[in-house]
Amino acid sequence: MTTPVLRLTNVSKQFTLHHQGMTLPVLHDVNFEVAAGECVVLDGSSGMGKSTLLKLIYANYRVSAGSIQYAQSGHAPLELTTATPRRLIDARRHHIGYVSQFLRVIPRISTLDLVAEPLLAELGHDERALKQAREHAGVWLTRLRIPERLWSLAPATFSGGEQQRVNIARSMIKPRSLLLLDEPTASLDALNTQTVVTLIHEAIAAGAAAVGIFHDQAVGNQLATRRIDMTNFRSITCAAQ
Amino acid sequence: MLNKNKTSTPPEKIVDSHENQAVDQHFNFAYLDERTKRMIRRAILKAVAIPGYQVPFGSREMPLPYGWGTGGIQVTASVIGPSDVLKVIDQGSDDTVNAVNIRRFFQRTTNVQITTQTQAATLIQTRHRIPEMALTEDQIIIYQVPVPEPMQRLEPRERETRSLHGLAEYGLMHVKLYEDIARYGHIATTYDYPVLVNHRYVMAPSPIPKFDNPKMHMNPALQLFGAGREKRIYAVPPYTAVESLGFEDYPFEVQRWDAPCELCGSRDSFLDEVITDDQGGRIFVCSDSDYCESQQNSAESSSAPTAQSGLKHD
Amino acid sequence: MTNAMPLDTQSPILRATGLNKRYGDRAALIDASFELWPGEVLAIVGESGSGKTTLLNALAARDQPDSGSVEFQLKGGALTDIFTMTEAQRRLLARTDWGFVHQNSADGLRMEVSAGANVGERLMALGQRHYGKLRATACDWLARVEIDPARIDDLPRHFSGGMRQRLQIARNLVTQPRLVFMDEPTSGLDVSVQAKLLDLLRQLTQQLGLASVIVTHDLAVARLLAHRMIVMRRGRIVETGLTDQVLDDPQHPYTQLLVSSVLQP
Repeated sequence: MTTPVLRLTNVSKQFTLHHQGMTLPVLHDVNFEVAAGECVVLDGSSGMGKSTLLKLIYANYRVSAGSIQYAQSGHAPLELTTATPRRLIDARRHHIGYVSQFLRVIPRISTLDLVAEPLLAELGHDERALKQAREHAGVWLTRLRIPERLWSLAPATFSGGEQQRVNIARSMIKPRSLLLLDEPTASLDALNTQTVVTLIHEAIAAGAAAVGIFHDQAVGNQLATRRIDMTNFRSITCAAQ
Repeated sequence: MLNKNKTSTPPEKIVDSHENQAVDQHFNFAYLDERTKRMIRRAILKAVAIPGYQVPFGSREMPLPYGWGTGGIQVTASVIGPSDVLKVIDQGSDDTVNAVNIRRFFQRTTNVQITTQTQAATLIQTRHRIPEMALTEDQIIIYQVPVPEPMQRLEPRERETRSLHGLAEYGLMHVKLYEDIARYGHIATTYDYPVLVNHRYVMAPSPIPKFDNPKMHMNPALQLFGAGREKRIYAVPPYTAVESLGFEDYPFEVQRWDAPCELCGSRDSFLDEVITDDQGGRIFVCSDSDYCESQQNSAESSSAPTAQSGLKHD
Repeated sequence: MTNAMPLDTQSPILRATGLNKRYGDRAALIDASFELWPGEVLAIVGESGSGKTTLLNALAARDQPDSGSVEFQLKGGALTDIFTMTEAQRRLLARTDWGFVHQNSADGLRMEVSAGANVGERLMALGQRHYGKLRATACDWLARVEIDPARIDDLPRHFSGGMRQRLQIARNLVTQPRLVFMDEPTSGLDVSVQAKLLDLLRQLTQQLGLASVIVTHDLAVARLLAHRMIVMRRGRIVETGLTDQVLDDPQHPYTQLLVSSVLQP
């Protein structure tokens, strides 16, 4: 197998809530690897820490212990748990994508610009780059069946499903080598779900690695090259301290 | 006592006897005591060494109030010597009340020769004008200054303006000029127009009309400036660069008149507007009375010199 | 011009090391240290008395700390301790390579001078002597901060609060500084006005690749604008990290308290 894109070693996570005086252990000794072209689906009931794990990989949460290494061909592997903020930001901007369940709406930004924004990091901000990025964004929005008349509006007033599709477009428009998918199809109808599945397939075929959570078993089945049962990594709940 | 070594031609005209004053024996020569003169001369030396820089000095109480030329008088009193020939003008004229009083003051305290002829003078004290006729290396011109700080209107804090001068941060001056152009379509300042001296300090040339600014540039004479109330002395040494501020596309321009001087026909001098009747009739006459007179005389003879030409507005 | 943060940049654009400041008996700043890299936006959050303004003033050379150093990377040069520079050098820096957006716009503008002159002043101070070009540049920047260029000759005292803040931003950015300090830039503004201003700051920061230090007590502002966050309490830095991480997974008890106290509309 080629060098894994992602390697988790003995990752543990517990939340220490100082003001409530308690500790919430969630994950214990998570170990696995993901290679390019793989889509690893995390299984487990709610509260097992699936979402937490994705957030740990994305450095949205801090690990309590362990190592998360991200490797890109031609570069030294990056230890995400101790990386400096600028390296993390760079990794997020260029390499690691995160599709969350919720669209974080930024006031006043149109849907088109929201989706185009990730491309501007590389293309620049001049007129030509803006035009190019917007065209590309339009292609994605069309594919995800967001009507053109909505493109100039800020997505704050869109339906949940529409917001989610905008979110997916924004998160996936720029090809990245690692995709973290947190219930990306949760609020989508069957037709749009299939479109998203196709998009993920395309990304993986292009060489990305993916780790995903899908509430819908069927969707998970379509995408998974491997499944991991989160019960293996469950933490033993401790009594309040 | 400052003694200017020169071979001078005797003055051609001395003022009438009714202005002759007996020297008042109760005062030191030129009124100020010698230690004060020394202090002022030190300030002058420093000012000459740093063209355009405002040197603080211990301004003395003079027998006339602030705002009447005490600064100029103190400078004159510190440089005047028995062999000097003094001319005093006010708005170009030798015979206004101010000019007469100041001249009389120096006659009473020094007994120097006085003159109305620019060319005959060795010292010229002036309020708000530079004589039309070119000055020479043997002459000193002393300006009366009300407000020595060119940025005072924009930045009243002296602590701040000292820093700005020290660091040569003059953006604020150009802000003022910019505002003028934005508001009036042209730079509205017509007198006390700020200048850059020796490519370093921005200076207030005193309320001379901007018409006179070009005369300050590379002038062979020593130019001294005294502000009595504000207690500052500054100087422009002979042959020093003095450039009026402006923008590339809105450069400095002097005033022009449509009509020549009614009395002497000059087209090169600064003209005063004189209302002649109640119907609004007006004539324009030279502000520099000595110049006008000599121009009139040259209409008969051909030997009178002409005014040095300033920057012409094209 | 991209906003890619070049990882091969050898040095941070700003480095604070061991900053301390006392006012009489009170320790306002205790051992503050951090690095800021080109293009990074750092939020300093904390409640009143946390020391965030003291820290900002030390960084911006407005107030010398009692001990510690603040180093800035001069254009094309190495990191230089700003307090070993001469006053003249610091003032030049403040006019060219740095920006400072004040909480109260009247502190950051010349209220008695037109908008155009406010924007053009820095350029005039640097020797720009063409009125037409100055005006064109001012118009351009007014448009960029969404002020109608037709108001170029109006005085700031005739502007609304939001417009004055935007004018302040234009005045600072006209010399294309690489580092901008902001002290509660949105406080006192109506919510809709805030949104406009934040959006503007976000876009300009990205477009120009600005490094920025923003003091704010508003966590939402930090989340929107900043890559990184520092949490201060009683003069000390208690937590630091990526903005979303500090807000979503706060480690320090005080940070947890702060985050949980914020109302979610």
